[in-house]
Amino acid sequence: MKLFAAFAVVLALAAPQASLPDIEDEVMCVECGTVLSVSSSPVAQQERDFIREQIAAGRDKEQIKQALVAEYGEEVLADPGTGGFNLTLWLVPIVIVLLAVAGIGVAYKRWRGAPEDEPELPPPLSPEDARRLDAELGG
Amino acid sequence: MRLRVFWPVTVAAAALVGLLAYGLVAKRSDTTLDEAVANGARPAAPIASLPWLHTGGQGSLADYKGKVVVLNVWASWCDPCREEVPLLQKTHEKIEPQGGLVLGLDTQDASNKALAFLKERDATFLSLRDRDRAYGREFGVTGYPETFIIDRSGRIAAMRRFPVTQEWLDQHLPKLLAEQA
Repeated sequence: MKLFAAFAVVLALAAPQASLPDIEDEVMCVECGTVLSVSSSPVAQQERDFIREQIAAGRDKEQIKQALVAEYGEEVLADPGTGGFNLTLWLVPIVIVLLAVAGIGVAYKRWRGAPEDEPELPPPLSPEDARRLDAELGG
Repeated sequence: MRLRVFWPVTVAAAALVGLLAYGLVAKRSDTTLDEAVANGARPAAPIASLPWLHTGGQGSLADYKGKVVVLNVWASWCDPCREEVPLLQKTHEKIEPQGGLVLGLDTQDASNKALAFLKERDATFLSLRDRDRAYGREFGVTGYPETFIIDRSGRIAAMRRFPVTQEWLDQHLPKLLAEQA
């Protein structure tokens, strides 16, 4: 039992301490719509104070982010998550990239296979022209 | 030369343009309510069940049907909100015996800061919490403070997108308090 408790203490000491700079670049200023780290509005200042209070209370980064969501809602997170409509935020860029790659692939295939892009071969020489050509080259 | 249309590229471009257009439209503030109230219409106030700031449990405008409600959207970090609290508190005390009240809507605010804010100013009117402004958006709220006067039938009779003044309250409250439900 004592060994387990000691192990838990070691783990707790080894866990990285939450810090304001580490959290504020993953959190939004809820009123200004920018990342908290670049905002200096009054609500941003309140959010920073709230984070400092949570750090002082010994909470880790995830607990602090959850506490922020409880106070300010999901929009406080810079990473919007994958639940509900937020899933489209992740899917739409992927779909656009896939469509763009498909478009480029189709375009490349057509450019390579396009018959009008290849130089047209001249019509074969008539027997008379062939004889004249041979005579001139030979003569 | 033949014009080539590559449908995947076209679809991708159309989707991108559509997203940009949606982004522009979604960011535009909704003025439908402002126009309706300015034209004398009284649109029904949106109803949503929200947590109380002071106590546990949920409440909503529907709990106050039959009363005139001065719904004030505020936050403790908002300086103009700080300045109008004494007037709102005075108004709350004045209209309560006449079947009216001031109801706060504390928005995008840390609850401990919000409670301290009210305590420091001896404000006794109650507040609901709209933590992410989802409810406020139904009123077209874009800033703080904003105030809406709801008549006894639960309709928006007046609104102000700035701090309230005594003149504005005097212009609307007496006649609304005199109305029957």
